[in-house]
Amino acid sequence: MKPMKKLFIPFFAIALAMSYAPPGRTATAALRVVATTEDLGSLANEVGGDRVTVVSLAKGYQDPHQVDPKPSFILEISRADLLIAVGRELEIGWLPALQASSRNAKIQVGGPGFLDASQNVRILEIPTGQITRAMGDVHPQGNPHYWLDPANGRRIAQAIRDRLTQLAPADKAYFDQRYADFDKRLAAAEQRWDATMAPYKGAQIVTYHRSWPNFMERFGLQVMGYVEPKPGIPAPPAHIIDLIGEMKRSGARLIIVEPYWSLKTPQSIASQTGGQVLVLAPSVGGVKEATDYIKLFDYDVSQLASALKQTSGK
Amino acid sequence: MQLTEAEASFQAIVDPYAKADFFLSAGPDGVEVEEGYITFTSLPKNLLLKVGKMRAQFGKVNTLHTHQMPTVDRPLVTENLVGGEEGLSDAGMSLSYLLHNPVIFVEATGEVYTGDSDVFQSNERSKLNYVGRLRAYRDITESSNIDVGTSFAFGPTDVGLDETTPGEGIEAPVLDKRLFGIDATFRYRPLRRAIYQRLNLRTELIWSRQELPADLHANSFGMYALGEYQFARRWYFGARYDRSARTLDDTLTDTGGSLFLTFWPTEFSQIRGQYRYTSYAEGITGNEFLFQFNFSIGAHGAHIF
Repeated sequence: MKPMKKLFIPFFAIALAMSYAPPGRTATAALRVVATTEDLGSLANEVGGDRVTVVSLAKGYQDPHQVDPKPSFILEISRADLLIAVGRELEIGWLPALQASSRNAKIQVGGPGFLDASQNVRILEIPTGQITRAMGDVHPQGNPHYWLDPANGRRIAQAIRDRLTQLAPADKAYFDQRYADFDKRLAAAEQRWDATMAPYKGAQIVTYHRSWPNFMERFGLQVMGYVEPKPGIPAPPAHIIDLIGEMKRSGARLIIVEPYWSLKTPQSIASQTGGQVLVLAPSVGGVKEATDYIKLFDYDVSQLASALKQTSGK
Repeated sequence: MQLTEAEASFQAIVDPYAKADFFLSAGPDGVEVEEGYITFTSLPKNLLLKVGKMRAQFGKVNTLHTHQMPTVDRPLVTENLVGGEEGLSDAGMSLSYLLHNPVIFVEATGEVYTGDSDVFQSNERSKLNYVGRLRAYRDITESSNIDVGTSFAFGPTDVGLDETTPGEGIEAPVLDKRLFGIDATFRYRPLRRAIYQRLNLRTELIWSRQELPADLHANSFGMYALGEYQFARRWYFGARYDRSARTLDDTLTDTGGSLFLTFWPTEFSQIRGQYRYTSYAEGITGNEFLFQFNFSIGAHGAHIF
């Protein structure tokens, strides 16, 4: 037993010493908000201002389906007053495990501190009929990339305003004013984006994953194909050959790729179709310019318009 | 070729205070509840309580179901000292405490089991199996992290039953066993390329002290070190070194090594091949090729971390 004791005691002492944290950092009246993505985090900052501290778990440049449920995230949500999730099973592979281990009753599903941001937004691609894995990793509750429509961004901000008001009723006027200001800035930005995208209505494009239906619908673009044959399924050569053929027939020359995919296959397709690969930010933080929700659209709209101008000559 | 295991998992929220997890496994020996427990998620004081049948929080490999393993088999040290495939899995209670602080994740877990597993056994109700674990985790960068733990298990065994029961009606002596383990895991997964690249390095060191009849003891040590690297979207390659003495005879030490390659056609299925070399203490060597096909159907479960 002696060797065990010799090892166990110093190990325990080291772990306890590592757990020591200087006091004083937690003494603040601000509500602790944890958002699963930087988009939701940005919207929470817009509405919550200095009455909240916001931490976002997944980075904008990582695939939100492929997030590791790291214990450091448990630490974040264990102290949260409000946990905001995208919902529609986007985080099904990682968030339930974090919630269950958080020791925080407030942020469990159904708790006062849990907000599923998808409840009042416009959801596209809700499958009908029988869903099987033969369709790939289809989300049965519809496409979860709904934040890429500014109208949905506004609805998410409303839901955050309402929930923050429930949690801190004394700050209602503050949250109302912050929301109204955001709404005004978003409306002005939407006019700008609409004007920029107006010449390209009806343009046909290809995307890697089904991340963009809300965005494309909002700006009147047509997605004529996907690099992935089905959501989450790597592309076999036959699919790529078909896609190249369809792009040549339809005249689609732009391939939109999220920053977390390899560019090898899209570039190979582009080289055979005379097309262009464009990396857009699917989330705040996806590129360094997209530092908040409005700047995310500023970036994507300007990049897309400029690429469409080149490929369509308009 | 055989269907080693088919596992059905059911996970649901019971009410605002609890979550239930059930894993039923069907194999050549029949159907059994591999794990079935309720987790109380809303306890005060940073506590988390699990009640039911579960795999004990002893090290890393013991907590993993067969299909979650990076290899076809389990390490030699698990086979020799920690109950093999079934491992330390029993009915009981697990209470864990999260040390709240903004710097590092530290979790202390205490568990008590009935003493009816492949590691601990007793017919006496008062003879229980106790498990303790302390785990510390910290992000090094956004893409890399370190996860270390130490575990302890104590309980009764009926090993040596055959040798010490010369006739009917004579009660076999209950012999205590203690296990102590240290585990360390380093993970690297660049966030921008999380779909294509990752590296896991893991080691577990386990000491076993088994009481034997006639006031003798076996002090056995075993370990493994494993590395697994994802080098393309669908391909993983890894290697493992094994070394372990036997539970009942610490003079006999087996050693071995494995190379393994996994292909994931999609994230719902995987095909794995493993070459395993084992040098047994008796002087026999084994060269084996193992193959495994894993697939999952139904709702998308949580990833293991």
